[in-house]
Amino acid sequence: MVAHFGFGILLISFFVTLYSAIAAAFSNPKVFARLFRSIPTSRTQRWANTLEKLDTPQRAASMVESARRAMLLTFPLITLSSVLLIYLLVNDHYEVQFVYEVTSRTMPTYLKVTAWWGGQAGSLLFWSWLMSAFASLVTLRRWDRDREFLPWVIFVSCFTLAFFVGMTTFYENPFKMFYQTSTGVEAYFFQPPNSVLFTPQDGNGLNPLLRHPGMVIHPPMLYLGFVSFVIPFAFAIAALVTGRTDDRWIRLTRRWALWAWLFLTLGLVLGGRWAYDVLGWGGYWGWDPVEIAAFMPWLTGTAFLHSVMIQEKRGMLKHWNMLLVILTYDLVIFGTFLTRSGVLSSVHAFAQSAIGPLFFTYIAITFIASVALVIYRWGSLKAETEMHSLLSREALFLFNNLLFMSILVVCFWGVIYPLTSELFTGAKVTVGPAFYERANGPLFAALLFLMGIAPLSAWGHSTLKTLGRAAWKPAVVAVLITAALYSFYTRNVSALVGFFLVAFVVLITLYEYWRGARARQKSQNENLFTALWNLTGRDRRRYGGYIVHLSIALMAIGILGIELFQIETQGTLELNQKVSLGGYDMEYRDIARFTGPDGREVTRAVIGIYQNGQYLGDLYPRIDYYFDSQQSMTIPGQRATMKDDLYILLVNWEPASATGATFKIYVNPLVNWLWMGSLLFLTGIIIAAWPDKDPVHVAVRTNKQIREASAAD
Amino acid sequence: MSKGKIRATQYAIFLTLLAALFATLSIASAQGPEPTDDEVNQIAKKLYCPVCENTPLDVCPTEACRQWREQIREMLIEGKTEEEIIDYFAVTYGERAAGDPRDKLRAYLIPVVAILAGTILLVRALQMWKKPKAAEAVIPAIEPKPVVHHDEYIARIEEELKKRN
Amino acid sequence: MAETTTPRRAVPLWIQITIWAFLVGLLAIVAMGLNRAQQGTVQPGQKIDDFSLTLYSGYELDGKTEIRLSDLRGKVVVLNFWASWCKPCEQEATELQEAWLEYQPGGEVVFLGLDYVDTETDARVYLKKFSITFPNGPDLATSISQYFRIRGVPETYFIDKEGVLRYVQVGPFVSIDQIRAQIDPLLK
Repeated sequence: MVAHFGFGILLISFFVTLYSAIAAAFSNPKVFARLFRSIPTSRTQRWANTLEKLDTPQRAASMVESARRAMLLTFPLITLSSVLLIYLLVNDHYEVQFVYEVTSRTMPTYLKVTAWWGGQAGSLLFWSWLMSAFASLVTLRRWDRDREFLPWVIFVSCFTLAFFVGMTTFYENPFKMFYQTSTGVEAYFFQPPNSVLFTPQDGNGLNPLLRHPGMVIHPPMLYLGFVSFVIPFAFAIAALVTGRTDDRWIRLTRRWALWAWLFLTLGLVLGGRWAYDVLGWGGYWGWDPVEIAAFMPWLTGTAFLHSVMIQEKRGMLKHWNMLLVILTYDLVIFGTFLTRSGVLSSVHAFAQSAIGPLFFTYIAITFIASVALVIYRWGSLKAETEMHSLLSREALFLFNNLLFMSILVVCFWGVIYPLTSELFTGAKVTVGPAFYERANGPLFAALLFLMGIAPLSAWGHSTLKTLGRAAWKPAVVAVLITAALYSFYTRNVSALVGFFLVAFVVLITLYEYWRGARARQKSQNENLFTALWNLTGRDRRRYGGYIVHLSIALMAIGILGIELFQIETQGTLELNQKVSLGGYDMEYRDIARFTGPDGREVTRAVIGIYQNGQYLGDLYPRIDYYFDSQQSMTIPGQRATMKDDLYILLVNWEPASATGATFKIYVNPLVNWLWMGSLLFLTGIIIAAWPDKDPVHVAVRTNKQIREASAAD
Repeated sequence: MSKGKIRATQYAIFLTLLAALFATLSIASAQGPEPTDDEVNQIAKKLYCPVCENTPLDVCPTEACRQWREQIREMLIEGKTEEEIIDYFAVTYGERAAGDPRDKLRAYLIPVVAILAGTILLVRALQMWKKPKAAEAVIPAIEPKPVVHHDEYIARIEEELKKRN
Repeated sequence: MAETTTPRRAVPLWIQITIWAFLVGLLAIVAMGLNRAQQGTVQPGQKIDDFSLTLYSGYELDGKTEIRLSDLRGKVVVLNFWASWCKPCEQEATELQEAWLEYQPGGEVVFLGLDYVDTETDARVYLKKFSITFPNGPDLATSISQYFRIRGVPETYFIDKEGVLRYVQVGPFVSIDQIRAQIDPLLK
């Protein structure tokens, strides 16, 4: 009953969304008139005439308003549908196929709720819910200044939403139920004739890997990031269609882009943390195609975030900004497609499904339309100022874009190459981490370097001399630090280069803070801490940004540590036997087997940890075996310090008992700098995104203001 | 038997035993000590499970992977080098078992070419920007921003005018 | 409104062509990949291309270690993909061997075991365990299984005397009757 109702609501929301998109598009018939007029046949010319006659302001206004209200209506409808699905999930309604696939009786309630995004059908509904939420949020702002954008923003949002809701309603429907017919039991949209509702006793249960707290938040964060990038894209398309290609669209969506980027970065970091905690291979990022599919929009999103600053301050890089935001949206859709269609071989991939061809059609339409629009309006995206100096801040941002695009090319090629190789030569290849690390290493290093010197270069004009003068002191200190590391820590060249760059970035960023704070101290007579606080408060974007850069440098320390200095060992130990690695001595003390509360069998070992003879504590690596899904999970015992992480796994492919258990042990130096850095990152970006007290000004730039801006830095 | 003969026999037995000992030792050392798990994993890290999706061989938990790791161990005992083992896996189980594309040229050619092309285009674009403006370096040429209109009619007129100019 | 002095830079034609070529190429590749991912195994009715197989020593066919599918034209070929690490394969191993013993004297049917992604040591243990005597060999570089686009093991392919695929069994056989039911029609 509930399932039928949920299905009905979903169907209605699809039609409402479709209506909204069509109404928004046809509130502006002259655009289509222009399209038809460019095709030189008599029929299209007649259509163009009719459409132009239909274009009156009253009609336009009423259609847009109708579209807006329809879009606002989708949110309560999809929310209702989702609430009904959650009700079914929590109440053990196993006759519903989706509920059967992702829940079971032994699961706690909170996990049953999170199972909403634990399978293909539910996660598509979740995606749709987020999309309608954001689209409604954006509609609720005041539109009087930008009324010509509204129909196109609604059109793009609802077109995307209609696609996802349509996919959910007609293909991967979470409300399908099991019916028993003469041929057997299957899931159907509607009850077939001569059939009976079939209710299984229990469900399969959520994939054990998805029951970890990190995994609970990781998909929502990623989806939040993906979906919120649709809004800047919608505004970009609106700008292209209406011809208002100045930076109005950027100012309107700057904060959206920032929050979208925050969610996407968090989603990626959480995914890494989850992989580290639960997947049991001692790493946080495997360069798996699906991971890369989520990483690619992050790359273009980061480049976009930086290069909009240039457009706002100097009116340049307009082409880049259009391209980057369109690429981000296209990559989001492409990444979602790759994950769910089974085209690539990946550990993350969802099961095979029928949505592949539909998704492909959507990709074809959106890619072609967005590229065509950009080419059409290319000429109107003229820069307002010229670039004079190759080392000015604008030029450095341009190099920044180039570097991000290069990393994107490497990642994209790494994902596509196995596909092309299989299609054209029949040989299946695997592109492993070695390819990505070798190709991306120098590019990331160059980015770190840019992160260091960019704050030092001035708008408009910078020479090697001015940059050198500003940078030589931090550079020398960084060299000294590197030399110290060389003597006491490592001889590894890549590590030393990395540490030098990190030190360089940290020193320059801290120096910028120091400079600003000292200036305030002198002029406002504040003490250092008040000065720092007010400094950050006054120019949240810049100083929040610096904190973000600092956090990236810290994360780089963690990444360098674990990638270059990880040591591991594997061995079979008898009870009370010892093994050593990386200065730690580990003794296999005990093993126990018991049944957990949610129907899992836990095999838990106790390992005593010693360092230089001193007892540090016990670790408890374990294997959790879930009866309902017949899968097991290996949870490592971890000991985390800033210096390194001791990480012990009880392997599940060898029997574990008192006579012998096989352990895999990793020592991951510096890896906790990665997680600490990401916490700082969160702080930095919240500071940067915090709303200003002052209303947003629409600046009309004059010669004078531009010269002032370039002189001020 | 005479003392000399006993001595000779003892000597012969001793030599034979010594020879046997050396022979055993040399055979044993030719095979090497049993490779540790770590040595197996060092090679397994570079290989991928031929059946599972994208899982490196050293962490793959399935029975099949355990057998393949045992096979690496056997091959190490036989004295095969890492390269030979990786080659064997690629030939026997397909290219996807080798973790890195072995045909390096095909794999790296396109990204390197694309990045180089991008850099060249960028540098040329920057040079083009610099050239014509070298004379008027100080004052940047700007276009006044389009003024925001509240009235839609005037906005349309502006647009029409822009089109016709 | 006066036009500015710098002309509107439209995208040069050669760049447009490159971009569209790239986009169309990418879409084509993805479409082909999707098509391939959606394909199932090779379907009945298709003529099977020739392939060669090196058999394990002790599991030769009529004394020959190297055989080609084309050599077996005129006989019914039962191609069975299996692996020693595959638990469901064990369910049908005995039945397959029994069927082989039944059909081998007639000389019209050949059973070929294709060992999928396996080690010879473990394969031999498996073969000995089920007393299998029909010809078996490793599918090197998974080329034959890729040709058939198998989804997993065990899978069995029945090829008639003209070399046309007639039936695909995905998963283990439940009984020897199932095997007979597929072979007998092909013998007529």
